[in-house]
Amino acid sequence: MTEFTPIPSLLGGLLIGLSAAVVFVFFGRILGISGIVARTLNFDFGSGLWRPFFLIGLVVSPVVLSMIAPSPHGFEPMGLIPMMIGGFLVGYGTRVGSGCTSGHGICGISRLSKRSIVATCTFMTAAVMTVFVVRHLFESAL
Amino acid sequence: MTQIIALVLGALFGAGLYLAGMTNPSKIINFLDIAGTWDPSLIFVMGGGIPVAAIGYSILKKREKPLVFDDIQVPIHDVIDQPLVIGSVMFGIGWGVSGLCPGPAFASVLTEPTIYYPIFDQLSSR
Repeated sequence: MTEFTPIPSLLGGLLIGLSAAVVFVFFGRILGISGIVARTLNFDFGSGLWRPFFLIGLVVSPVVLSMIAPSPHGFEPMGLIPMMIGGFLVGYGTRVGSGCTSGHGICGISRLSKRSIVATCTFMTAAVMTVFVVRHLFESAL
Repeated sequence: MTQIIALVLGALFGAGLYLAGMTNPSKIINFLDIAGTWDPSLIFVMGGGIPVAAIGYSILKKREKPLVFDDIQVPIHDVIDQPLVIGSVMFGIGWGVSGLCPGPAFASVLTEPTIYYPIFDQLSSR
C-alpha cells in the first residue's frame, strides 16, 4: 500500500513538465533521461556539455531536498534480483525503444508523436501485466 | 551559461520526481497494480507534466531556433517499427519488476544509498 498523493504528485508533475518545456524552448532538444544517459556514457555530451550538467543537477537536487524536507513518499525498493533483472531490461529496452517515461511519456505525448504514444501505451501495458503476473499469479501461488 | 541552465533544469526535474513520488519504487508498483492496491497518484504526474511540456513545444515550434542552441533536434519520423515496440515491451517488464525507470533511478543514486546494500552484501559475502 502507498498513500494516494494527488497534490504532491501534481506539483511534481508540473515541475517535470516545466523542465521539459524549458529544454524545448532553450535547447530545442527532447528531455529524455535514457537518451541523455546513453549519450553521456558514449561521450556525446551535447552542445555546451548540457547533458552531463543536466545529470549532475538531477542526481544532486533530491539530496539537497531530502536535507531540507524528507520525502512525503518514503523509499521501499524491491529486492536484489528484481532490481538486477529490472535494471537490465529498463536499460536495454529504453535504448532499443528509443525512449522511456520522460522522452516518450512526457515529451513525446506533449508533441503528439505517434511513435511516443504507441511506445507509452506499450510499456504501460507491459508494466501493468508484469505487476499482475508477479503480484497476483506468482506471489499468491507461493 | 549553458551549463548553469542545464544544471538548474536537471535539478528542477529531479525535484519534480522526488516531490511526485516517482523515486519510491513501491509507489510505481502500486500505480501499476490496478487489480490490487492501486495508487492512481502517477496519473497526476503525467496530467501535470504533459500540458506544461506541450506549452514549451508550441513555443519552440513558432521559433526558427531555440533560445540557446542553433538548431532543433526533435525526431520527425513517425514510423512504428519493431524496435520501438519490442524495446518498449522490455522496458515495461523491467519497470514493472523493479519499479524504477531511468529518471527516478538516477534521482535516487545519492538519496537512497540503501538501494545498493543488497549488492554490497552479495559482494562482501564472498
